[in-house]
Amino acid sequence: MTSNFLKASVGLAAVLCLAACSDGGSASSGSGGTDTADDGEVVRINLDPYPSTYQPMSSGTTLIQNATIFDGLGGQVDDGDVLIEDGRIAAVGQDLDVPDGATVIDAAGRYVTPGVIDIHSHLGVYPSPGVGAHSDGNEATQPVTAEVWAEHSVWPQDPGFEAALAGGVTTLHVLPGSANLFGGRGVTLRNVSGRTVQEMKFPDAPYTLKMACGENPSRVYGNRGSSPATDMGNMAGYRAAWQRASDYRDDWQEYWDAAEAGEDASPPRRDLELDTMMGVLEGEVLVQMHCYRADQMAQIMDLAREFDYQVTTFHHAVEAYKIPDLLAENGACVAVWADWGGFKMEAYDSIRENLALSHANGACAMIHSDSSGGIQRLNQEIAKALADGRRAGIEISEAEAWTWVANNPATALGIADQTGSLQPGLRGDVVLWSGNPFSVYTRADQVWIDGAMAYNRAEENTQPVRDFMLGQPGEGDQ
Amino acid sequence: MKRLLSALAVTALTATSALAQTYAVTNGRVVTNTDAGIIEGGTVVIRDGDILAVGANVTVPAGATVIDADGGWVTPGIFAPYTQLGLIEVALESSTNDAGAGDSEYSVALDVADSFNPAGTHIPSTRIEGVTRAALYPSTGFNLFGGHGALVSMSGAADSLFETGSFVYADLSQSGAGTAGGSRSAAWTFLEAAFGDAAGFMGRFSAHHHGDALDRYDAAALVPVVRGQLPLVINVDRAADIRRAIRFRNEHPPVRMIIQGGAEAWMVADELAAAGIPVLIDPIRNLPGSFDSLGSTLAAASRLHDAGVTVAYTTETADGYFNARLLAQHAGNAVAHGVSWDDAFAAITLVPAQIYGVDTRYGALASGYAGDVVVWDGDPLEVMSAPTHVLIDGQETDMESRQTMLRDRYMDITDETPFAYRR
Repeated sequence: MTSNFLKASVGLAAVLCLAACSDGGSASSGSGGTDTADDGEVVRINLDPYPSTYQPMSSGTTLIQNATIFDGLGGQVDDGDVLIEDGRIAAVGQDLDVPDGATVIDAAGRYVTPGVIDIHSHLGVYPSPGVGAHSDGNEATQPVTAEVWAEHSVWPQDPGFEAALAGGVTTLHVLPGSANLFGGRGVTLRNVSGRTVQEMKFPDAPYTLKMACGENPSRVYGNRGSSPATDMGNMAGYRAAWQRASDYRDDWQEYWDAAEAGEDASPPRRDLELDTMMGVLEGEVLVQMHCYRADQMAQIMDLAREFDYQVTTFHHAVEAYKIPDLLAENGACVAVWADWGGFKMEAYDSIRENLALSHANGACAMIHSDSSGGIQRLNQEIAKALADGRRAGIEISEAEAWTWVANNPATALGIADQTGSLQPGLRGDVVLWSGNPFSVYTRADQVWIDGAMAYNRAEENTQPVRDFMLGQPGEGDQ
Repeated sequence: MKRLLSALAVTALTATSALAQTYAVTNGRVVTNTDAGIIEGGTVVIRDGDILAVGANVTVPAGATVIDADGGWVTPGIFAPYTQLGLIEVALESSTNDAGAGDSEYSVALDVADSFNPAGTHIPSTRIEGVTRAALYPSTGFNLFGGHGALVSMSGAADSLFETGSFVYADLSQSGAGTAGGSRSAAWTFLEAAFGDAAGFMGRFSAHHHGDALDRYDAAALVPVVRGQLPLVINVDRAADIRRAIRFRNEHPPVRMIIQGGAEAWMVADELAAAGIPVLIDPIRNLPGSFDSLGSTLAAASRLHDAGVTVAYTTETADGYFNARLLAQHAGNAVAHGVSWDDAFAAITLVPAQIYGVDTRYGALASGYAGDVVVWDGDPLEVMSAPTHVLIDGQETDMESRQTMLRDRYMDITDETPFAYRR
């Protein structure tokens, strides 16, 4: 048994709320206030105007026994037990005592992992069926739209959510598309059914900003004869926008300094686009950036230094394997496919060893789907990446590879103190697999979200069916 | 269809030494796709391009090049039944994409064989994952006919097209309806009219070039379909459209039909089985991508197999030129959702060969079959398995691709040799 989690099981409170958890006073540019104020009060920006109303489903105490456990941090427990109590991971170990009233599951021969996290999904914003009325993922009307928020486009009735659940996905990050230089805010969701997106929002997860490199923005706007039409136009577009955001932040800071000192001061005019970008400059909003080529990622890392912000994750990053050293120096993570590519020039140098090589050479790496199909089989995707890496001579254990769908995406989303591993105290997001999840034949038997059984392969009553599918030919089929 | 025997004959003359080579693959778990089933500790002998012998007690001929499977799996090569390999290099770069011709004045007569490039870089990357044969499909252009498809090997050699004019492809789904003018009624009317043009060829065109639906050249190209000499592959998903297709086939004997897409084919499984119409489906397609495919389900493959429908698998949900190599994973998922291993493996090897009428040469390991043999380091449907050797037409192929070259160039990031000098 290797165990990261024993040493990591305490001190959770000290673990990251990476940046702005949007309540609790951790936001530096004025949290908890409103944008209107009586005379004499300092005007603040409400950072959480669309709050989560997520409530976990009811749960009991569950003890899963005799499983092979990947803890999500790289550790493995053989013949181990996982105790879920009050919606949280209560204990992981061998021969745990059976609490009174616990539901006990014998998982001999089966595997237990933390719930799968997909850091790059368009479920809800590009839902199934792919009809024009629901094509809500790209506000491709101008290249800088940092003011739009993916959550305002999410259709909670997308049947793709329940298909992902059957693949063990408990948390997903829904992003705007990549048509724009600044595509807008992403939203992190619990993979639960909700009447509203607010009922799915991951409480206190940091906001993110989707940005995009390369061919997509220059093609979309170049084809219209407007800027950006080239890579250099893309860079100019980012720089001009960051300069405005920087000025905006200075204006607010100047105002707050004066107002807090009791001086007569007027707040700057609110700009919703620059609010989001200011959040990035303050370290509260995490940048999730679509970028394929090594040279483009290097340009973006220079850009981030120029304007003093951090790129949290490069998404797609098919050439990450060429620059793991630069990525590590800059503390940028990469979220990649196992083996997709080829569909455009910037994806032409895709190799199957990208994930394993980037990981082995020091980059913070993870899998992502960007696909309503791929999200259902992220365990298979990391299995392919692991196998390809091993064939190239890179030794990585299965437990270590599981970090690619667990703690690594949780960290890149700023929620590693909440989910992504089986540390006691974290949310009870757990998957019981029918066998080794690195096999194509293995399926999720049961999925718990916050300790509640969200999916049970053996019971139709424990398989959600979205409104859209009622009365349709495929109702209830997986 | 044209079997390209002349090309093979030329190869035989120019590459005699290679063809004369004898291989013996030993010590394998041999999947034969024949009545011999799976042979443990089996040997496969390949000589002059073809399989000579398969069995547990086969003697290795003197002078044979021995490939020790080391207990791994030995199988027929994968036959990908629905691809655009060698037609597309970079999908979004139209200069490298020869799959469709929206601005052409022709449709049925278009032949993918003229667009196929055996030097495309996705062919080696597909081959090293165990795919040895593929059917090539045109995309549709200005009307619902894409044109003529062909069959190729993944050897990358100049003679890798081994059959041209193998089938005609037509889109009668929602998208085909759009091409035809906006409704399914328009699509089926167009198809009926086109068949009328072909059935009335040449007389109808003696005075002018235009028929009811097709110009003379395209009408001529449709004649073998109307006569049942070439199958018509119809892309349809909705159960009602599949029933309409069955009715069309029944009203136009001796037309031969293949259904591609088939999201809701399981809802019409008994009728398809009774009609003897084979179906190409992607077994992992389970989301209602459109209102045509609301019945999509991971159970579709097993329901079709259970009903006795002839089923082959595709990578339709991914793509047909870069991801055709993932076909084994798609088949593995079919097994995870109720299909027997044997049926799933046949659906990517022997059954495609049957559907295209080449199953006496491809899709099985038996004496007289082409020497398309893959040696795997594990169960070929498992995501962590991979081929260690791929033989096509009895010749061992190299296991290198542009992707593996890129990998090798960047394996050691600390080496001081500039990257561009590493080859």
